[in-house]
Parts: sequence; C-alpha cells; structure tokens
Amino acid sequence: MQSSYADVARIIPEIFLTSLALLLLMMELVTKKKEFIGFIGIIGVVITAYLTLITNPGRAFSDMFIVDGYSNFFKLIFYLNVILTILISIRYLKIEGVNLGEYYSLILFATLGMMIMASGTDLIVIYLGLELMALSTYVLAGFLRHEIRSNEAALKYFLLGAFSSAFLLYGIALTYGMTGTTNLKDIASYVTQHGIAKNPVFTLSMIMFIIAFGFKIAAAPFHMWAPDTYEGAPTSITAFMSVGPKAAGFAAMGRVFFDALGPIRLDWVAVIIPIAILTMAVGNIIAISQTNIKRMLAYSSIAHAGYALLGLIAGGSEGLSSMMNYLLIYAFMNVGAFAVIIMLRREGFKGEDIDDYSGLAKRHPLAAGLMLVFMFSLTGIPPTAGFVGKFYLFMSAIRAGYTGLVIVAVIFSAISAYFYLRIVMYMYMREPKAEVELSTSAPLGIALAITVAGVLILGVFPSIVIHLAKASLLG
Amino acid sequence: MSIFETIIQPDTFDVLIKIGIILLKIVIVVAAAMLHVMYATYFERKSIGHMQVRLGPMEVGPHGVLQPIADGVKLFFKEDIIPADADKPVFYIAPVISLVAALSSLSVIPFFKGFVIANINIGLLFILAMSSLGAYGIIISGWASNSKYSFLGGLRSSAQVISYEIAMGLSLVGVMMMAGSLNISDIVNAQAAYPLRVYAIPQMLGFFVFMVAGIAETNRAPFDLPEAESELVAGYFVEYSGIRFAMFYLSEYIGMIVISLIAVVCFLGGWSGPFDIPYVPFAWLLLKVYFFIFFYYWIRATLPRYRYDQLMSLGWKLLIPLALLNIVITGIAKLML
Amino acid sequence: MLAEIFFAYFAVVIVLTSILVIASRNPVHSVLWMLLLFFHIAGLYLMLDAEFLAAIQIIIYAGAILVLFLFVVLLLNLKEEIKGRPFSRIFVIALVLAIGMAVVISSTMKLLPPGPVGQYSMDMIRATKGGNSSIIGRVMYTEFLFPFEIASTILLVAIIGAIVLAKKRLRS
Repeated sequence: MQSSYADVARIIPEIFLTSLALLLLMMELVTKKKEFIGFIGIIGVVITAYLTLITNPGRAFSDMFIVDGYSNFFKLIFYLNVILTILISIRYLKIEGVNLGEYYSLILFATLGMMIMASGTDLIVIYLGLELMALSTYVLAGFLRHEIRSNEAALKYFLLGAFSSAFLLYGIALTYGMTGTTNLKDIASYVTQHGIAKNPVFTLSMIMFIIAFGFKIAAAPFHMWAPDTYEGAPTSITAFMSVGPKAAGFAAMGRVFFDALGPIRLDWVAVIIPIAILTMAVGNIIAISQTNIKRMLAYSSIAHAGYALLGLIAGGSEGLSSMMNYLLIYAFMNVGAFAVIIMLRREGFKGEDIDDYSGLAKRHPLAAGLMLVFMFSLTGIPPTAGFVGKFYLFMSAIRAGYTGLVIVAVIFSAISAYFYLRIVMYMYMREPKAEVELSTSAPLGIALAITVAGVLILGVFPSIVIHLAKASLLG
Repeated sequence: MSIFETIIQPDTFDVLIKIGIILLKIVIVVAAAMLHVMYATYFERKSIGHMQVRLGPMEVGPHGVLQPIADGVKLFFKEDIIPADADKPVFYIAPVISLVAALSSLSVIPFFKGFVIANINIGLLFILAMSSLGAYGIIISGWASNSKYSFLGGLRSSAQVISYEIAMGLSLVGVMMMAGSLNISDIVNAQAAYPLRVYAIPQMLGFFVFMVAGIAETNRAPFDLPEAESELVAGYFVEYSGIRFAMFYLSEYIGMIVISLIAVVCFLGGWSGPFDIPYVPFAWLLLKVYFFIFFYYWIRATLPRYRYDQLMSLGWKLLIPLALLNIVITGIAKLML
Repeated sequence: MLAEIFFAYFAVVIVLTSILVIASRNPVHSVLWMLLLFFHIAGLYLMLDAEFLAAIQIIIYAGAILVLFLFVVLLLNLKEEIKGRPFSRIFVIALVLAIGMAVVISSTMKLLPPGPVGQYSMDMIRATKGGNSSIIGRVMYTEFLFPFEIASTILLVAIIGAIVLAKKRLRS
C-alpha cells in the first residue's frame, strides 16, 4: 500500500496551507510589520481555496482521505472563517499588545486541522485532525497570556478538550476492537455483514462519539467550557472558535454518523434529539441573563449548535445541505457581530458589557446599523440570511417527520429574540452613557463589508448557497 | 527473542535450565562489573593524581592497590543516617532505583561473541529506557532528602537529563540506520564490513554527540552540575551515607562503564579487533572500554565545569541539531549507496 | 497458564497504581506511582511481543514526560498542597458516576463480539526479522503515512504553542 503521487495530488491544498503556515512562522523572524504577515496569510488562503476547487475529487491514501463536494463546502466555510478572522485581528492584536506573527500561523494550523477533519474518512485521521485543530485553538485561546481571564479560558478549554478527546479515542478503540478497522465505510459494512449493529458495544461507542463531538460543537450538556472560554479568549479568537471548530465538528460528525454509524441511525437520532432540545434550551435561556456580550454570544453559539443539530437529525441530502448552509450563514453573521465588538475595544476600554452599547446609534449610526443587521440575522428575522438558514433547517426537519422538534426549536428561537433585540434596544433607545470611540481600520472595514454583504445577499437570494450545498452533496 | 518468550515455555524443565543459565550469567556479569567499578575508582584516583603531579593512594597495600577494598569495607559498616524530615520510603528507594537501572543496562550488552544475558531485538532502546529510569534515582533522592542542596541538585539533574537524553537517543539513530537493527549483537556484526571494523568513521558526528551526551548523562565533569561540590556540596546525595551512598557511587561508575560499553559496541566494533586474542574473547572490548574510562578521567582533569545556561544551550543548540544533521546525512548516504 | 498469571499480575498492579496515583496526597508520590504504572503497561506490551512499544513507553513516558511532571511538581509548595482536602466536595458524586460508568463499560465489554483476526498476528511478528520494530516502521511509512505526517504537524504546533505561551517576550 505505497502512497502514490495521485494520493499526494489530493492533499495539495493541505500541503500548501502547511507550507504557508511555516512561511509565516519564518517571516515572524524577519518582519517587523506583523500586519504584513496577516496579509500574506490572507493571500495564501485565497490561493488555497483556489487549489481546493481545482483538486480532483476522489479518495487518497488507501481510503483515509477524501476530496468531495461535502469536504469542499466545509473547507470554503473554514477559508471564509480564517480570512475574516485575520481581517478583524490585525488592528485588535496591536490594541491587546500581543502582535505576534505566530498568531497567524497557529490560526492556519487550526484551519488545517479542520480541513483534515472534513476530509478524513478514517477515524484515526479524523482524530488527528481534531487534535491539530484543538491544540492550536487552546494556544490561541490563551494568547493574551498576561491576562488571567485568557489563561483561564485556555486552561478550561484544554482540560475539557483533552477529556473529550479521551472519549473519542475510547469510541474508536471500541469500534476497532469490534470491526478491526478504523475506516468509516468498512465499519458500517462489517457491522451489517456480521449482523452486530445492535450489539451494545457498538451503541456504547456511538455514545462515546456523541460525547466527544458534543464537546467540540458545544452541545449541552457538554457546553460547560464554552462561556468561560469564549469570554476569556481574545475576541478575534472567540469569533474564530465559534465558527471554525464548530463547523469542523459538524463536518466530522456528519461523516462519522452517516458513514460509520449509518446502520444504527435510529439509535443515534434518538440520543441526539434530546441533546438538541437541551442545547437550544440551555443556550437560549441562559443567554437572557448575561451582561457580557461575549458571554451572551457564547450561549447564543451553543443555541445555534442546537439548531444545526436539526439538520443532522433530519439527515438525507436535504438535512445535511441545510446544516451546511446554516453553518456558512452562521460564519457570516457571527464573525460580523464579533467584528463590531472588536471595533468597540480600544486601549483601556474593554467594550464588552452590554451597557457599553447604550446609545451607540446616536454616536456611530453605521456601527449600530451593522450590529442591528447581525442581531436580526442571529434572531432569524427576514430578509437576513439567518432567517433563510433557519427556514431551510426547520423545513428539512419537518419533511423528515420531526414536526414536534421543530415546534420546540421555533419556540426557543422566539425566546432568543429577547436577548438579541435587547442589544438593538440598548443601541437605539438608550441615551449614550460614556464617550465610546471606535477603533476602526481598513481590514476591519473589509471584514464588516464582507459579512454584511453575505448576510444580506444570502438573505435576499438564498438560492445561491442552497444550490451550492445541495450540488456539493450530490457531486 | 523477547524476554517473555524465553520465560514462557511449555516445557518446565527446559525453562528451569534456561533460568539457571540466565541467573549464572547475571551473577558473572554483576560480579565482574563490581570488581571493575572498584578498580575504576582506584584507576581514577591514580590517573588524576598523576595528571596533577601527585601520587594518589599509596598507603593501603603496594601502591595503594587495596584502597578500593578498604573503602568498600568502610562504606559498608558506616552508620546509615536519615535526615529528620526526609520522605523515608522515597529516600530509601532512590539509590536502589539508580543502581538497578545501571545494572540492568548491562544485561543487553554483548561482552564477546555469543555472550549476552538477554539478546533482545530492542537492545539499544532498552539501554536508553534504563538510562532514563536512572535519572529518577537522582531526582527523587534530591527531593526526598529535604535539603536545599540536594533539591537543587535534583532539579538540575532532571533538566539536564531531559535535554541530553534526546541528543543521546538521536545520536544513536545513525547507528541504527546503518545496521538496520536495534539488536546490539547485530550492530556489532554489521560493523565488520566497514573500515577498521568500526562505525566511528562514517558516524563521526554521531560519535561525537554521543560521547558528549554520554558524559552529561552520567553526570560526570564537566557536566557534573547536579553534584557540583563547589556550590551544592555533593548535590543530590549530600544527605546520604554508608551503604546508600555507596549505591549511588556504584551506579555512577557502572553508568560510566555502560556508556563506555555502548560507545564501544555501537561505534568501535565491540569485541572485534585487528587480530584475535586467544582464550580471552573479551580482551579487545575491555581494552576499548578502559580507553573510554581513561578518557572520562582525562576530561575531568582538563576541563572546568560548565555554567548551567551554557550546558543547556550546548545541549539544545549544538548537540541536537548536530545529531539531526547526522541522521539526515546518514539517510541520504543510505539512499545513494 | 503462565501468560494468564503474568497478565493478572500486570492488570492488578495497573489498576492499583492508577488508583494510588489519584489518591496520594503527595504529588511526588503520585508521580512515582505513575512511574510504576508505566512500567507495568510496558510489561503488558512485552507480553504481546510489542517490544518496540514497550521501550518507547518507558523512554517517552517515563523518561521524558514524567520527568517533566516531576520537575513541575518539585516546584510546588507541597506543604500547602498536602494540607488541602484530598478530594473536592463533589467527590461522592464523581465516585458514583465513575463506578456507574465502570459497571456500564465492563458489562458491555462482556458482549464484545470477537473482531476479525488482523494481518499482524504474534506469529507473524515473531517470524519477521527485526520483529515488532521493523513492522511498526514499515506500517508507519506506508499504510499510515498520512496520519503519521499529521501527527508530526501536531507536535510542531505543540512546540510553537509552548514557545508562544511561555517564552516569547511581548514588546508592549
């Protein structure tokens, strides 16, 4: 089983991204202007995206790695996420006093891990991709190392992440012991051939997988790390974490649960449904009482993981494509919201309390307007993309016969309006309390432009992304 | 053959004989090692003495040849003192760990053709594993003594061991690649095809790195910071006395002999020599080992002790890159040839 | 028979030492119990003829990682550590959960259907020259080349992370 050049050709985007990350690491040594490293990073990611699109679909490395529409769609989400994150980081890192080149390189390594997770068709590869992503994000979460909150964020994330990895490994070990393989498709076919799909050991390993991926996508009751980590991590990294690792978790989950655990689909659906309901409940209800906006968005991100789980439950190409859709849209709206939060941060002023947004519309109408769009979108109010995403998710779940679940989701969605619109209320209906100056910069402006354009365009012309997601599943 | 395979055999009688032979071999090797250690100390004191224009031990026996025996008797009957707040179990066990680790390494080394206690496939790795275990004796003795000097010695030792073990392991990789085996007898045999029947010439870099790292691993001068007498009195074993002190002393010298033995079997062709010496198949090996032991003393008499940061930067910035370079060169050479 | 006795010995000691690792009040003792634990795990590997893994287990875990643990633990203020409560308040709940999980897992494991016999059986390993080490090397660089390379990237990230978090001076 020698690997051939055809195998290597399939991972050219990954190789390119690795070389790019190493190049940025070297540039850190010689460049004084760290922004420059960020720009090179963005250009490199764009090239990687191009390479991804021209890579021939197919399997590689004796069926450990696959290039298909599913993986490519997720990779595009990751590229979008990393580009936006770099754009919003450039000014922010200077304000926080941690303007180090390694930051960009670590972000790229995390993205590499996500790409491997989305493309892995072998449990070992998925696990290693997950570790690569997680290890990079642990470091990034603790990047403000002079700040105790950031240390706490990194430590909590690290300890619980390591704990969840152990569950994943245990699940892998159980399936391997049963089937003698770690290949996703082989597991499913072995299990059906030998009629051991209903064996409790297989069920136990399924539960282990759910726990492990539940940690990564921050689904309740495995969400405990998320609020503290999101609050303490650098804001740009919070934006990065709330989109990238979550999407990667969903990508791997989709593959593992449909390819390997396909034979016991009804069983895992029965476990995930209560998790989805609990996740939406915890996320939306606890978010109401938050006073820190990053913490609130952390709970909101938990809630959104709950919505996205609906797509997984619904299954089929429709369910999966609506989930992929939603994650893409979520990338736009969530990073956009964090970009506005970053604008409020300047030397000596955190700008993280919801109170700080009082009367923002009077002083900075544009910023307030953008925040309004993102908050509407997160709530799911038309004509924003958030509405489209939720609509398709709920539709696919209804078509798959989970009407009750959708009703619950809609109720929680309505509850979420309270805390999203509270920010809008603060911005537009309260008197400004203190002088709030914005720290704007060109990259941040570009990021905001991209995100707001994404949210509005996809809200008005949803068919673009819907077709893309569906086509990627079929193709 | 693995150790377990040797032991777990269905035929009990066979097993008993095998175990008997192994035990006999162990007794021989340990006894020989002890004897050599005793006279290695004598050798050290004499050679350092002469290098410093002194005579060394002269009183006990002619030219002091009975000095090591007198020392041994003295250490054996001395009072065994334990500090008041020491962690007793750990304090007791530390010298034992050191000694056991040092002695176990001897079990995989072939002293002459066909004579090795355990001819296992992973001989070289086993030695590395045992040398890493030996560090525990030093570190925990430093901690358990409840004394600041020994504690500092233990801390220094742990950092030093981690740093230099990497260099030492990497320096042996070149040898493993050339021999295509981790079995030490195979490595010795594979050297027969090379000039002078040694790897020292094609593996010059590895040899150099190994020797430097080996001196550091055994905590000998100029890397003897864990026991630096001018600052830490005696370092990690400052609180030890009597027989436990003797154990540390023994393990240090056995460690030195082991490192010399590895250098000989991995780089200098082991038991083979330019011509065979009849009836003493281990003569060449012994000669080469004593050359290395003399080398140790020579360096001790010549070089001043390193400063701690110099020690660290030497390990990480010079030895490890050199060892990696050696691996790359060996790999390329192997591909080309 | 002899093999079973050896296995039983290793298994019992592994379980006992792992309990002692978490139950010891003194962190240094915990580390030493862990050292013993690692040696017994290496013993289990030896029983499977996985000698390379056994050696690596000792060299990497006992020789490097645990020494680092010890290095850190030695710098703690042990007198204060030992005074504290050995277990936190939720100890009882955690214990119940742990026992429950142990019961679930062990009762499920009884039902484990025998998996397929793989290619690398003990006989095959014994018949190969160089044994376990050469087979691992071959498999690692052919079949598992891709995961192996990812693992190397993970190690690189760990190094970068350590430097960023601990070493790098901030110019602010």
